[in-house]
Amino acid sequence: MSSTRTGLGRWVPIAPATLLLLFFLAGPIGYCVWIAFTDTQLTGASGSDFVGLDNFRRAFADAGFRNAVLLTLVFTFVSAIVGQNTLGLALAGLMRTASRPVRTLTGTLVITAWVLPEIVAAFLLYAFFRREGTLNALLDWLHLPSQNWLFTLPILAVSFANVWRGTAFSMLIYSAALAEIPRDITEAAEVDGASGPRRIWHITLPMIRRSIGTNLMLNTLSTLSVFGLIWAMTRGGPGNRSQTLPVFMYDQAFQKSLIGYGTAVALLLLLVGSLFSVVYLRLMRVEV
Amino acid sequence: MRRATRARLAADGALLLTAAAFALPLVWLALSSVDAGADLRVRVPSSFTADNFDAVLTDEITFTPMLNSLLLCGGATLLTVVCAALAAYPLSRHRSRFSRPYLLTILFTTCLPITAVMVPVYGLFVQVNLIDTTYGTGLFLATSQLPFSIWLMKNFMDGVPLVLEEAAWTDGASYLQTLTRVVLPLMGPGLTVVTIYTFIQLWGNFFVPFMLILSPEQMPASVSIFTFFGNYGSVIYGRLAAFSILYSAPVLVLYVLIARRLGGGFALGGAVKG
Repeated sequence: MSSTRTGLGRWVPIAPATLLLLFFLAGPIGYCVWIAFTDTQLTGASGSDFVGLDNFRRAFADAGFRNAVLLTLVFTFVSAIVGQNTLGLALAGLMRTASRPVRTLTGTLVITAWVLPEIVAAFLLYAFFRREGTLNALLDWLHLPSQNWLFTLPILAVSFANVWRGTAFSMLIYSAALAEIPRDITEAAEVDGASGPRRIWHITLPMIRRSIGTNLMLNTLSTLSVFGLIWAMTRGGPGNRSQTLPVFMYDQAFQKSLIGYGTAVALLLLLVGSLFSVVYLRLMRVEV
Repeated sequence: MRRATRARLAADGALLLTAAAFALPLVWLALSSVDAGADLRVRVPSSFTADNFDAVLTDEITFTPMLNSLLLCGGATLLTVVCAALAAYPLSRHRSRFSRPYLLTILFTTCLPITAVMVPVYGLFVQVNLIDTTYGTGLFLATSQLPFSIWLMKNFMDGVPLVLEEAAWTDGASYLQTLTRVVLPLMGPGLTVVTIYTFIQLWGNFFVPFMLILSPEQMPASVSIFTFFGNYGSVIYGRLAAFSILYSAPVLVLYVLIARRLGGGFALGGAVKG
């Protein structure tokens, strides 16, 4: 028996992955923690000094930062919690009663939007929401007032873009969850005379509550880190009216060269993400 | 019976409406790419043309960025899959005090917003001279995808029965031989899913190469398409649409190849099933 099959030797194959993760992920996160407490700048400054909690104090006093937090909340709430989650659940539910060709068609379109590269999706929705774009053409045709969406309601435009792009994930999760509900339970409720909405509220939703929790958590986490979609559609503007935290972080660190401050924002974003991750792990009570 | 029919019609109607809303941007893309005078609204071209495709099928616009993408994402995918397979093997086969915390850390990392670490990664890359290099960017891309790939790979590996390896060991196969000759071939479909899924994720990644690659001749398609509609003053939408289709085609084709396995039950590799 060689020593690689027993003892410590058998853990050797784990080394390449671990080294990569330590150097390229744990490293930057650690570096992030350090830089966030300094006044590092991209240009001009000779070295950097430890400034303690200054960056964080500054962030909470900064109207731009508070604006970004608020917009991130709006973006996450509208696009992930309401949009992707509810639409995904509705689509998965409707697909159970719909006819096969309609089911296939809808599924294919929704999933195509999900598989497309982020920047192509951004470009498509930019065109859709522009003043000369399809949405306004449609509104004109219906004799409804059109407007310059990317200017008047930029945060809603990018939220809808995120719904367009991300709903497939929720749809897939809920399709799987609904498929696992035994038919006889819903049938029994039907025989007892429970109406459609009541069956959904009292039977279906409680039975898939774990999937709902999981889905909400994952949607929130992926929406928190959306950058390319917003950057390509609006660059955070006009002004800063669609500047969510990742865009704000990028803007501070690279447009304004305040690496220390930008990193402090990144660290806050990571902390929020970690918090959600921990809740998610507890929610799942993973057995590994 | 009539009530069931009515319910089906209602469901069909609602779904068709949603399908139409999801289709509009895609229809615009398809129609604009063959329209000589494409603008921003959906409309049937007065005359169909292949000029847009002709115009973008040059080294500078299409071939170089696509080749860059292929090198960057192909290399990173290979690295991810090899490292993930190696790491998943002991994690799947041996229970120890070490494997549970390791897997929990991996799962935790899977959920972190990677966007947030891009500022320090940039700083780090400047300091260790990895900035503006394809291999450096590839290394980071591979790492960013690694946690999820390890997790997915481990779940597929758990499905391969241990008895077959024991037989190989009796015949004197080494640990690594068992992995490459017995376990990996047996989880072929799983391995394909991990590989293609990783590649699709990396192919579409915009932020990482946008930050770490500076010189235009090294830019992958995800970034070059952005400069295309960001900087060129008056954008020729027909060409941009044509290029978008060319750039999206590989991932759409690859997705179709694994779609059956991904299906609803996939639910992202049991990471979600709990």
